[in-house]
Amino acid sequence: MYVSKLVESLPPSGIRAFFDLVLGMKDVISLGVGEPDFVTPWNIREKAIYSYEQGYTSYTSNKGLAELRKDIVDFLKSRYGLQYDWDKEMLVTVGVSEGLDIAVRAILNRGEKVLVHEPCFVAYAPLVKLAGGEPIPVITEASEGFKVTPEKLQKAWKKGTKAFIFNYPCNPTGTSYTKSELLAIAKVAKKLDFLILSDEVYDELTYDFDHTPMATLPGMKDRVVYLNGFSKAYAMTGFRLGWAAGPEKILSAMTKIHQYTIMCAPISSQMAAREAIKNGAKDVLAMKREYNRRRNFIVTGLNDIGLECHMPQGAFYAFPSIKSLGGMSSLDFAKELLEKEKVALVPGNAFGSQCADHVRISYASSYDNLKEAVARMKRFIEKRKKR
Amino acid sequence: MDEILEILLNDARRSPEEIAKMTRKPVAVVKKTIKKYEDDGTIVQYKAIINPEMVEDRGHPPVRALIEVSILPQKDVGFDHVAERIYSFSEVKSCYLVSGSYDLLLIVEGENIQTVAEFVSSKLSPMENVRQTTTHFLLKKYKEDGKIFKAPSKSKRLNISY
Repeated sequence: MYVSKLVESLPPSGIRAFFDLVLGMKDVISLGVGEPDFVTPWNIREKAIYSYEQGYTSYTSNKGLAELRKDIVDFLKSRYGLQYDWDKEMLVTVGVSEGLDIAVRAILNRGEKVLVHEPCFVAYAPLVKLAGGEPIPVITEASEGFKVTPEKLQKAWKKGTKAFIFNYPCNPTGTSYTKSELLAIAKVAKKLDFLILSDEVYDELTYDFDHTPMATLPGMKDRVVYLNGFSKAYAMTGFRLGWAAGPEKILSAMTKIHQYTIMCAPISSQMAAREAIKNGAKDVLAMKREYNRRRNFIVTGLNDIGLECHMPQGAFYAFPSIKSLGGMSSLDFAKELLEKEKVALVPGNAFGSQCADHVRISYASSYDNLKEAVARMKRFIEKRKKR
Repeated sequence: MDEILEILLNDARRSPEEIAKMTRKPVAVVKKTIKKYEDDGTIVQYKAIINPEMVEDRGHPPVRALIEVSILPQKDVGFDHVAERIYSFSEVKSCYLVSGSYDLLLIVEGENIQTVAEFVSSKLSPMENVRQTTTHFLLKKYKEDGKIFKAPSKSKRLNISY
């Protein structure tokens, strides 16, 4: 009775009980993890330890260490030719999660609408609702590799749409976009006049073509809140460090919320992030090459055992269909697979109401695990078919 | 480096079928490539890296020493000829020509300290062209070829997360 009606109205995570089941079970091969299986490279960890030794235990400025913001801005300039003002257009956040939260809160008036593609990361629609907005789903299809197309975007658009939350490479589908595909999406944003909150946290893990940040497209920089962070590229999930870049007015509004809620990101994480930007490129590349091989391995393996799966272009997820199992729901599939074969994965319905016939498989796991998991899934499917 | 070599360098147990899946190449092509590498000596040997401290029945484990050797180079052949005479001893497991205050760095293995000492005093040091040797016995192996010699620690990740 003390809980707000808004929070109460948020869908309880339908698969919370399933998660609890997985967390309580031992000796599970888990392909259900949304983070790298690499430990943060030592030079980055060492920098964090050193920062403690040197007594860096205080707050930083709300926006983050000036040196770090300059490093990020320099990186974006040299990597993508993108120019941001380090002081006015860059904010260091506690992961992309915080960046996204304060971005929607900074831009939305009550009742305004935000386009959200489905399947997508679990937090998008709830964050829009918490900010008083209305999420409008843009349903993508397995037959199209779960791509958001300009047509789908236009069709879903309603009057009062303020923004589109766009994640590529995408968690959970691994789908990403070529520059020409992004140009087509940018064109719709300009025509229908909405912002793009671009979650590009998996940008370094793009395998078949170069990643193009939305903000680099002609005329888009003032229309994009560019969200990224250190979690996936540098295997720094536990450091909780991200950043947001974008138009000064929006960034300034986001900073206002950030200063009242978070104050600042942890100083040790910020010091470690400076090391990551300066000396992390080689490790990022090595991890990317490794993920790419695992991707090829698992997607071939899944298709071989009859779980149809498109080739994801990025991130570390495969999103196969379980339709061949004759209407079994993804939650039932996940539960039974866990009980019978001790393989954990995430049911698709966690990522959108239309995804109950898919499951998310994270290939951020060793080859031996992936190989064994495919063998167990094969056995599971064969036994089911014999029933 | 060719991706097939990179995969095998990291884990020589990967089968051609697995490598084919990882690299999206036909199995036959992978097999042919590996055969070529084996035949032309690119792939010298497949072997396991073993942490001697974890081997239960170790008996008397061999002793290893790093030996710095200063040598006099020879006309026309430089260091190569002397190096060949040294690395041909079966006790010499590795031999590197290095820059700095000495010339060759050897890894020498023997049954015990005395065997290694005898190798140095009776075979290595008396050689013509060997000017000086310094022997360092290995006490503990922490890391070799990028692999850390420690029982693998359990993953700290949760089993499931978004």
